Amino acid sequence: MIKIKNISKIYQTGLVETIALSHVSFEIKKGEYVAIMGPSGSGKSTLMHILGILDTPTSGEYFLDGQKVSQLTEDEAAEVRNHKSGFIFQAFNLLPRTTALNNVILPMRYAGISKEERVERAKKYLKMVGLDDRLEHTSNQLSGGQQQRVAIARALVMNPAILLADEPTGNIASVQAEEIMKIFQDLNTQGHTIIMITHEADIAHYAKRIIHLKDGKIVVDKLNGKQRKT
Amino acid sequence: MNLIELFFESLGTLTLNKTRTGLAILGIVIGIGSVIALVSLGQASQQAVQSRIESLGSNLLTVEPGAMRQEGGVRGAAGGRTSLTWDDAKEIASSAQITTISKVSPELSRRAQVITGSNNTNTQVVGATSTYADVHKITMSSGRFISNRDVEGITKVVVVGPQVVSDLFGDGANPVGQTVRINSQVLVIVGVTESKGGTGFMNQDDVIYVPLSTAQKQLFGANYLSSIALEAKNSDVMVEAQDQVGYLLLARHRLTDPSTADFSIMSQQDILNMASSTTGTFTALLSGIAAISLLVGGIGIMNIMLVTVTERTREIGLRKALGAKKKIIIEQFLTEAVILTFSGGIIGVILGIITSYFLSGVVGVGFVLSLSAIILAFFVSVGIGIVFGWYPAQKAANLQPIEALRYE
Repeated sequence: MIKIKNISKIYQTGLVETIALSHVSFEIKKGEYVAIMGPSGSGKSTLMHILGILDTPTSGEYFLDGQKVSQLTEDEAAEVRNHKSGFIFQAFNLLPRTTALNNVILPMRYAGISKEERVERAKKYLKMVGLDDRLEHTSNQLSGGQQQRVAIARALVMNPAILLADEPTGNIASVQAEEIMKIFQDLNTQGHTIIMITHEADIAHYAKRIIHLKDGKIVVDKLNGKQRKT
Repeated sequence: MNLIELFFESLGTLTLNKTRTGLAILGIVIGIGSVIALVSLGQASQQAVQSRIESLGSNLLTVEPGAMRQEGGVRGAAGGRTSLTWDDAKEIASSAQITTISKVSPELSRRAQVITGSNNTNTQVVGATSTYADVHKITMSSGRFISNRDVEGITKVVVVGPQVVSDLFGDGANPVGQTVRINSQVLVIVGVTESKGGTGFMNQDDVIYVPLSTAQKQLFGANYLSSIALEAKNSDVMVEAQDQVGYLLLARHRLTDPSTADFSIMSQQDILNMASSTTGTFTALLSGIAAISLLVGGIGIMNIMLVTVTERTREIGLRKALGAKKKIIIEQFLTEAVILTFSGGIIGVILGIITSYFLSGVVGVGFVLSLSAIILAFFVSVGIGIVFGWYPAQKAANLQPIEALRYE
């Protein structure tokens, strides 16, 4: 499903070159559950952004379902972001001054889904993350954990084949983190591919496969023998 | 997304951040309102100046005793010249040689003390016939002007200017029917003229009118005129009229050489020149004001739109990350810019009209609305608003989603 070959990302700031990713290659098959770990600055988020087509690699190739991503038009890339992948940002990135409900509705609006269905589905997913009593709260009226969960509902609402989560439990108490991991596990059993970044080993152990990054390179890529279940 | 949905979506987004929306609208309102107010005020002043110049009378020629320019010799005081007579005026009016003059107004004007009860004032006393009002565009605020019957009957009536009324009777009084004394003669006030404006030495309201016959025989004991005002048929025949009257008067005064003429004829050409140069200055001034206020207003609008839309670069990045196509983002921001600029534009037009109405009242000129200024201000501001709402939006929409999201 996902195949990257020799992906590098180099940031040029003035005369200084920062290498975020250096010749990273791997393949992720449909239905896999991958945790990406590594110290800060190891290129985890950059890799995630490239996988979500939010950023372009400096060199290397990325095939998504056999399609070369660099050959996608702007609008095709938007389609993929809208339908195929759901992205959970580390910084939530909710629309300011906008209600939880409208935040979750947003991707459906771009998919051209009818008004009634949008509201219904948004409510369903907000209920799933336990926020059915916070529908009309705006982002700044929600706690960090609640914002995180709105962001998760927003990423799931289009029922994407691939879920890309950048520290999905970073701002959540462990009880709630377990609930989120339960959702991920259910999605994975239904056949969704999940890739998540985490720095917590116990969260990573919910995944079937763990990739360790360091200085923009893969240092460990192994199957998780002792996968945790919720 | 259809247009109506897009409109309500954008309206919804605009109401989310009321301060930002309010500031953007305010910028446009000020930009448009100031242009309209300034230009309207400028045009009102222009019209006021023009109408004051026109009120002096149009196509006017003035015959005065004494040569315009004499080399050597002593120039006597203007009042001391006696070469023009009423018969000269009558001849100009009736002669078959004169084809270009439509109205003749013989005048004898002197300063005199005017007394009523305990008050008195020194003012200009003009002996006039009924044509004076036509030639000099005198209109009455109450009563009537000097009539032909007054002139024929040498009646002791007087028409007073508004300044004299306030000097002698106080502001707002209606003195028609009361009497004044000039040089021991008692005259009855039969009319008050409308104000023509002017101040100080040029005050056209500080004057009283008596029948010419009364002035000559009863008040001043003079059988000559101080001037003859002539109205030409139109402004194209001014020079011809000047020649015709000149030759007629030379013949009547038995003079052959024009350089020895004992009168001079001045046209209103000078005044017309002044008027047209004044108009030119005003037009230049107005264009300047309009250009500067449009520039200032335009830069204000540009700033506020650039800032508010650039501030939303992160939002644009997020929308792209969630799968919005570029076209949809640009449509949304364009719609928002159109709503902002049109609502600001309409409020600005209304506010500009109200402001110019009150300003014209304060400054004391007539209320004039410049339609061209309204249209120009509206469309330039709306255009700038839309361009500078669209430009940063499309710039942000062209970025990679993550670059836009990281924008600080």
